[in-house]
Amino acid sequence: MVFQYPMITVQACLDGILLGILFALIAYGMALQWGVMNIINIAQGDLVILGGYIAYFMYLYGIHPAWGVIVSPIIMYFVGIGIYKLVINKVVDRDLFISILATFGISILFMQLMNFAFGADVVLANSGYGTTFLFDSNVVLPNSKIFSAFVSIVFAICLVIYMKKSKLGRAIRATAQNARAAKILGVDTEKVYAATFGINAALCGVAGALISITFTIHPYMGLPYTIRSFMIVIVAGLGNLPGVALSGMGLGVFEEFADYILGTEFRIGSVFLLLVLILVYRRFKLSKKREYLK
Amino acid sequence: MINKNIILYAAILFFGITAPFIFPAFKVQLSILCVLIILAMTWNIQGGEMGYNSFGNILFYGLGMYLCASVQVGMFFPLAEWTESGGEKTFVHTPAQFFQGFGVGLAVAAVVPAIVAGLIGYSILGLRGHYFAICTLGLGVAAGEISGGIEIIGAGQGFTTPPFPDFGGLEARGEFFYFCSFISLVLTFIVVKSVYSTRFKLVLNAIRDNEDKAEAMGIQTMKYKIIGWMISAFFCGLAGGIMGGLVGYIDSTDVAFDGREMGVFMVLMAILGGKGTLWGPIIGASVFHIFKEGFWTFFLGWQYVALGVLIVVIVIYFPEGIMGWLREKYPERFGEVVDEADRKAQVELK
Repeated sequence: MVFQYPMITVQACLDGILLGILFALIAYGMALQWGVMNIINIAQGDLVILGGYIAYFMYLYGIHPAWGVIVSPIIMYFVGIGIYKLVINKVVDRDLFISILATFGISILFMQLMNFAFGADVVLANSGYGTTFLFDSNVVLPNSKIFSAFVSIVFAICLVIYMKKSKLGRAIRATAQNARAAKILGVDTEKVYAATFGINAALCGVAGALISITFTIHPYMGLPYTIRSFMIVIVAGLGNLPGVALSGMGLGVFEEFADYILGTEFRIGSVFLLLVLILVYRRFKLSKKREYLK
Repeated sequence: MINKNIILYAAILFFGITAPFIFPAFKVQLSILCVLIILAMTWNIQGGEMGYNSFGNILFYGLGMYLCASVQVGMFFPLAEWTESGGEKTFVHTPAQFFQGFGVGLAVAAVVPAIVAGLIGYSILGLRGHYFAICTLGLGVAAGEISGGIEIIGAGQGFTTPPFPDFGGLEARGEFFYFCSFISLVLTFIVVKSVYSTRFKLVLNAIRDNEDKAEAMGIQTMKYKIIGWMISAFFCGLAGGIMGGLVGYIDSTDVAFDGREMGVFMVLMAILGGKGTLWGPIIGASVFHIFKEGFWTFFLGWQYVALGVLIVVIVIYFPEGIMGWLREKYPERFGEVVDEADRKAQVELK
């Protein structure tokens, strides 16, 4: 199929890359909190969906959903701080499994609360951006996808600069390197953790708002986003930003092809199966050197 | 001590056998309780004793459920036509066919997941810590999504299991499934208890405490991990097969590979009762089931919210579980020698 219909291949690749940039943004948030707090947040995807619903609500009240890109991260930042204060700060120093299970609980909670608040329908905030046609209208690209990829790149660059230059960014990086040493040198790690979780939630908010414009959102769609970002982070490694972007795009392209070749009903299944395969592959690669994933 | 244990077991056995006749209204609930205890006990082999926190034991449960129903139908009728007709019963099992099919189905449902666990065990159990947890989580969800796309086992519209045969108005369905699940529970208990009383448990605990050191001591940890997982898979599959017959309807993501309910329940029950103990999962499952059935109706519609809160609260404030709490309170009962003076000194230090 790949060579028989080259236009479908081009379409899938472009779709996948634009989608993958969004995944990379979410994965960046996950890498941040994983690196700094050593926490794997299963509720990551649900934060994304919540951010999407904020943009969707603005759309319902007549505001253009693109403004959600600004509003949603601000609200999500405070949601993130709230979650941190209520739950996460009690699990930071504990066993990783406890954080996984606790955030799994948060994920179930969010899923259901969103289901009550917004209903179980699949919704989409229509941006009205129109579409772009390429190659004699053989390849169709909605402008909203291009917009979302562009916005994600802008946000990612802003965040990288912020982490490099600002005082808080330096404190976060110091805590990621060695929390104890940072504490001794006067960094308020508690504050840094809260800010990290808040920034992560804000990133999820941006991504969610973009997803609500480009794709669809649904209360139960969170877990696949968590798994995707986890997958991207383990393939790229913590703190490898170009790697995160590249593997995000790779995952996006993989998904589009899985969608075309296997059919839409196997799309989510193939993502989860890919996760298992990647982990198993890494396990065998490392076991040759008598090491293991840790 | 031995006498006391025998009396305890006899009392439980007696209660188990007479329960459906004493509480005829709760037969289904009691059967579900038995299944939940099996799941919690088998999860405890990984999560509690071995330190491998699996979210993927639901894979074997769902696999067992589908296998048992497929075999039961497929032995006598074409499977594709059965699932295509949905709820319409064009084929009817005679009683002999039903029991024969169910028996063979259960055997397949137990053995095949164990083989699957053995096959994938070498790859998956090489992962450690949270990688194992996430990988198994992915495995469970992937199985659910993929089975939801397979036509022959009902795909999206589900799979109705054969109805219980009619014996001229005699209502025996509840009793039959209750005794199936109770016998499996007793079997699970015997196997798990006897396994725990051998060197096997010590090896599992050594893996939990420090796998590298255990390996350095010359223990082939992989072998033990795989065997442990196979035992879990065997009984998870059995429990799944019984549950499939009991519920009467199999859906890929809502009944069989139900990571949001069963998959979390088994972890939660084991933690609630106390990880790494024989009785912990049993107590945890019973408390959890009573809580769930008692309060779910009050939270109608809000169950999952309550479940989410419950998970967070148990995990953060109660990670040692009921058995851990008892152990702290009455260490003598658990065979721990406590030096009174030392204990007092510690209390004063606090």
